[in-house]
Amino acid sequence: MRSLPKPILLAGFMVLLFLYLPVIILIGFSFNASTMGVAWKGFSVQWYENLLADPSIVEATLNSLIIALISTALSLLLGLGAAIGLEKRRGLRASCMNTLILLPLVIPEILMGVALLMLFVMLQVPLGFGSIIIGHMVFNLPLTVVILRARLRKFNPAWEDAARDLGATSWNVLTSITLPMLRPAIVGAALLSFTVSLDDFVVTFFVAGPGSTTLPLKVFSMIKTGITPEVNALSAILVVVSMAFVGLSWLFQQEVPSSFLKNDSSS
Amino acid sequence: MNHLSSQSLPVSVISTFWLALFFLLIFFFLPLLVVFGVSFASRGLYGGVEWILTWDNYRRLADPLIGVIFFRSLIFAAMTTMVCAIIGFPLAYVVARVSPGWQLVWLTLVMIPFWTNFLVRTYAWILILRADGLVNGFLLTLGIQSEPLSLLFTDFAVALGLIYGYLPFMVLPLIVAIERISPRLEEAASDLYASRGAMFRYVVLPLSKPGFMAGGVLVFIPSLGAFITPYILGGGQKMMIGTLIQQEFLVSRDWPFGSALSFGLMGTALILWFLVNRTSLGKNVT
Repeated sequence: MRSLPKPILLAGFMVLLFLYLPVIILIGFSFNASTMGVAWKGFSVQWYENLLADPSIVEATLNSLIIALISTALSLLLGLGAAIGLEKRRGLRASCMNTLILLPLVIPEILMGVALLMLFVMLQVPLGFGSIIIGHMVFNLPLTVVILRARLRKFNPAWEDAARDLGATSWNVLTSITLPMLRPAIVGAALLSFTVSLDDFVVTFFVAGPGSTTLPLKVFSMIKTGITPEVNALSAILVVVSMAFVGLSWLFQQEVPSSFLKNDSSS
Repeated sequence: MNHLSSQSLPVSVISTFWLALFFLLIFFFLPLLVVFGVSFASRGLYGGVEWILTWDNYRRLADPLIGVIFFRSLIFAAMTTMVCAIIGFPLAYVVARVSPGWQLVWLTLVMIPFWTNFLVRTYAWILILRADGLVNGFLLTLGIQSEPLSLLFTDFAVALGLIYGYLPFMVLPLIVAIERISPRLEEAASDLYASRGAMFRYVVLPLSKPGFMAGGVLVFIPSLGAFITPYILGGGQKMMIGTLIQQEFLVSRDWPFGSALSFGLMGTALILWFLVNRTSLGKNVT
């Protein structure tokens, strides 16, 4: 393969830098001892300590973790059935389901937020943990299905057929062939759902109720009341955690036990 | 083969399959129907919804004031899409053509911002743009400016925030599209004495079109309905569709009109999505 032209490589690198620079600046500021402006007044973890001492931040963290855990677990459970089922079915029903699965990922988030808000109010569902978890599942479930299906499509169906020929029940095939094959994708999907749920602002903003403030809602209200070094620290934590989880999730999605892959040489 | 194995899925898989379908019908499809229904209802005295059917909410969309807001959002979304396409292409090309050893590194670095906290990534720009922020700090210290420039809460800040926020949505489909172009075509063009510019102009760019289309939709739709960016970086002073919808729902409490606005937004988004999905690549990317 020929090497990349230098100007293109440089341009690509600059664009990548553009994507990361503001985040790096944010993290840098969060350790600045100065309360105002950009002048560097020395390294300090003061703002992080202040966060820990603030009970409303601790509460928002707990809320966020609980909501992300439950919505991820439920999305994974439903998503596994949906992904395996979709992969084995053809025809109109499957293609309807396919559209229904993909649409939540392309519809403007604000629309999902107001639509769910009206539904919950009309059905008199109280706004709080339950409504936020459901709201997050609306995008986490499709996300999980997309990741699991991408992996399922790469598998060699011969393994399942062989197990069946050797007398395995459909339950045996599921638990000893399909699920182990899917494991890296399951971990990847779970990490990504968890992060997206932890990060979500727009849908949460509309369907949250009193007492269910999550971290992004907290950040938003802190930004509105005035920018303090504590906002920088909290934002830096969120962005670092979220980047680490997304990176891990992505690497898990890359890893495939090679013996399970379709051995066709064309791909 | 597949029709045989479909008979033998365990009951647990089939039932969760239906449960998932049921969940999306109730919490995704039904809410959209509610938006549609309410958009024909009337606003109650105290902000509730009264079921007196009317076209008024849609008629109000034709109001010049609303037209201006829609137009502004369309311009911002189109501009964002275009700039993302221009600056996204070199990055996508590098990721698609870099040596296999480096590819995973580049790809991971592009993937990460795609899913990383949008609110916080937008917030980071406040630190850079505000009056005592990084840019003004530099300009004042170096003596280029004597007064801080007002960068935050301007159209410029909103545009920058939108481009920054949605750039990864353009880059990823472009990578997929460029990877599908055989490098041999590029070699052939060079062998036939095409300059590097001509090679990009006549070979790579036309063949990347499906990626530009898919990426364009993925950038255009969310920037059209953007709410965080105009609110945080624009200070919410100049309305966009997203901030207007938020205001109708949470401030003015005019749900029927808010629904009509939302439905107009969704209609635009869906038409675009289906148009692009008809091209073969869009299907695999979105």
